[in-house]
Amino acid sequence: MSTEGHVQHTPEELADLAKKQLASLLSKNEPLKPKDRLAIPPQEMPAQAPKARIGNMSEVALGYSAEQAKLESLRCIQCKNAPCIEGCPVIIDIPGFVKAIAEDDYQKAIDIIKRNSLLPAVCGRVCPQETQCQEKCTVGKSLKDAEKSVSIGRLERFVADWERENGKMKTPEVKPDTGKKVAVIGSGPASLVVAADVRREGHAVTIFEAFHKPGGVMIYGIPEFRLPKKIVQMEIDTLTAMGVEIKTNFVIGRTRKLRDLIDKDGFRAVFVGTGAGLPKFMNIEGENLVGVFSANEYLTRSNLMKAYDKERAHTPIYASKKVAVLGGGNVAMDSARTAVRLGAEEVHIIYRRTEKEMPARIEEIAHAKEEGVIFHILENAKRFIGNEYGCVTQVECLRYELGEPDSSGRRRPVEIKGSEFIMDFDTVIVAIGNDSNPLIKQTTNGLNTTKWGNIIVDETQKTSIDRVFAGGDIVLGAATVILAMGEGRRAAKSINELLANEK
Amino acid sequence: MNKILSRRQLSENVYMMQVEAPLISSERRPGQFIILSLSDDYAERIPLTIADADPAKGSITIIFQAVGKTTKDLSRLNVGDSIANLVGPLGNPTHIEKFGTVVCVGGGIGVAPMHPIAQGMKKAGNKLIVIIGARSKDLVILEDEMRAIADELIICTDDGSYGRKALVTEPLKELCERNPKPDLAVAIGPPIMMKFCASTTRPYNVHTLVSLNTIMVDGTGMCGGCRVTVGKETKFVCVDGPEFDGHLVDFDNMMKRLNSYKMQEKHIDEKECKLDSEIEKARTHQ
Repeated sequence: MSTEGHVQHTPEELADLAKKQLASLLSKNEPLKPKDRLAIPPQEMPAQAPKARIGNMSEVALGYSAEQAKLESLRCIQCKNAPCIEGCPVIIDIPGFVKAIAEDDYQKAIDIIKRNSLLPAVCGRVCPQETQCQEKCTVGKSLKDAEKSVSIGRLERFVADWERENGKMKTPEVKPDTGKKVAVIGSGPASLVVAADVRREGHAVTIFEAFHKPGGVMIYGIPEFRLPKKIVQMEIDTLTAMGVEIKTNFVIGRTRKLRDLIDKDGFRAVFVGTGAGLPKFMNIEGENLVGVFSANEYLTRSNLMKAYDKERAHTPIYASKKVAVLGGGNVAMDSARTAVRLGAEEVHIIYRRTEKEMPARIEEIAHAKEEGVIFHILENAKRFIGNEYGCVTQVECLRYELGEPDSSGRRRPVEIKGSEFIMDFDTVIVAIGNDSNPLIKQTTNGLNTTKWGNIIVDETQKTSIDRVFAGGDIVLGAATVILAMGEGRRAAKSINELLANEK
Repeated sequence: MNKILSRRQLSENVYMMQVEAPLISSERRPGQFIILSLSDDYAERIPLTIADADPAKGSITIIFQAVGKTTKDLSRLNVGDSIANLVGPLGNPTHIEKFGTVVCVGGGIGVAPMHPIAQGMKKAGNKLIVIIGARSKDLVILEDEMRAIADELIICTDDGSYGRKALVTEPLKELCERNPKPDLAVAIGPPIMMKFCASTTRPYNVHTLVSLNTIMVDGTGMCGGCRVTVGKETKFVCVDGPEFDGHLVDFDNMMKRLNSYKMQEKHIDEKECKLDSEIEKARTHQ
């Protein structure tokens, strides 16, 4: 995995370069052959310079210029079998929308995407494209480098941003009221898709959200510098404009029981999209010392309650000098980069496999490195050591080596006996994943779950309880925004079919 | 938005408010709590126990001590004002059944969450003994309410200005020495009080429940900020508690965790104090 060559140019330089490249390409005035297309240089994502961005919370990746987008879209050879579509969890017509960008028809491009995806501005930013559509891309295969695949995600973001910034976002049409009510529990990506798709059929939809702001992980989890909150808010505003009702500060299982929604409150169907919100800990010595946080807590304080705004926020956030982040996923990168922005002097990522096995997006790993985050691979925490005040001061680590592949297909890390060593840290952020949230299960009789607490559903996303559907991380375990959306779409279809057949 | 229906100052910095919350008032059970915040952006979320509820009126009663930024701001709100965000009821309800004799020990503000539990225990047919502890007479709350339901009420103050001059552990120990000894003790109050109540009852093998009030963000299991060590296992107060076996709780670890943000809070406090004195100055100059 190479991260070299990233952010060598300023956004202005990239835009100028693209203008020139495009002019020379079009000056030939003849149709582009696949060979010509493969010769177009992959377009680098303009970004805030590392030194500047570590002092602010604004978005790092700035988005393509029009010329860059056109050049990138012209790199697509429009191959017949379109393997990229197979790689997309929601089966977007990728060559179709890329071609529309190449033809400068942005409206057509966004319309094509929106046939399958409700949240392109979000997915264009946070999807792990390199293991989905772009992994399969023929251009990347021809150039023998998956990093040279067409940047489908950046193009998706480009047209989604064009739509939003030019006031082209439309409120989807809603069929006449059916008088039937549907409850959606949680307001993350899966839930938003269900709400939109079910509302479009004319059913009344109420979203119940436990926090005081809707958006789920897109609001409390993913930081502003990776996903600006105003983008999420606009998607939510669209739902409200469609007539979806959102009840915040409402915990199903506590404020109201799930079964009461159906038995007493007249909801004809319920969708459970409560996510994977129960942080995993390592169950090692010293884990409850002061200064040891779950990534969820650390990120929520910063993102949802804006603790990074130290002048205005009432919510405190730990003042750290040396931070260890345990884990190698996007949440680990988000935590590390948040700590950098909050003023930590040194931030270390500790991961027990190698960089190749890290589940984080390549771009996030690259950005973290550029921002000075120090990576320790093939190492893992063994115990946390504290002082007389019960505050963490050191982490004892072990070195690892890679053994045989495990059930996830990744090579299993094996500890090297006697390799213990100690590093000084005043803050530890545990970002090793989430288990499913237990609240609904605890408070709903007859809802079948796996031994890990994930709700069991059939191929229509229906649970063991009549009229109750589920999707997203509460079913999948911690996964991605796009997979959650795919599940939401399927659940909405099942709910709409169920209600269509009833008076 | 939840409207404040009544407001009463119980002692120097203890306030009681009735707040509109129709669903919570009918769903809540003894032992549960709410989380509130005073604005959408920037405000912190704090857990507060529910002291009482009136489903007919659609209201809940909260009792709190104005000690931090949010509780101080809350104490300055008046009848007719609204609390921006209020969510609940959170946590697992107290397990209430007929145990026999139940001793309820409430220290300071802890008497507030104890009240519905004591009510429940009485209603279930238990012999109810209530111990109220406070630093001084002014700080004794809910005495009349507790007297109305308790078979026996013992009041202790640290300075002897009211009731017995003793810590709550003294009468608790005497009760444990009675024959028959209590079947259950419930202790709610400052962590240090709960810790010593648990160590008082331990030699007598009297099962002791404590209700923990830790730092919390969401209250639904998401943040893990509320985690405590109970019998060597990590538990989340919000989804596993808030009540735990007092004999198994690692109180020392819990108390240290409660102080996680003390330095930062001091910073906010100092800012506040400065602001208060600036306002005061501006007023006197008028």
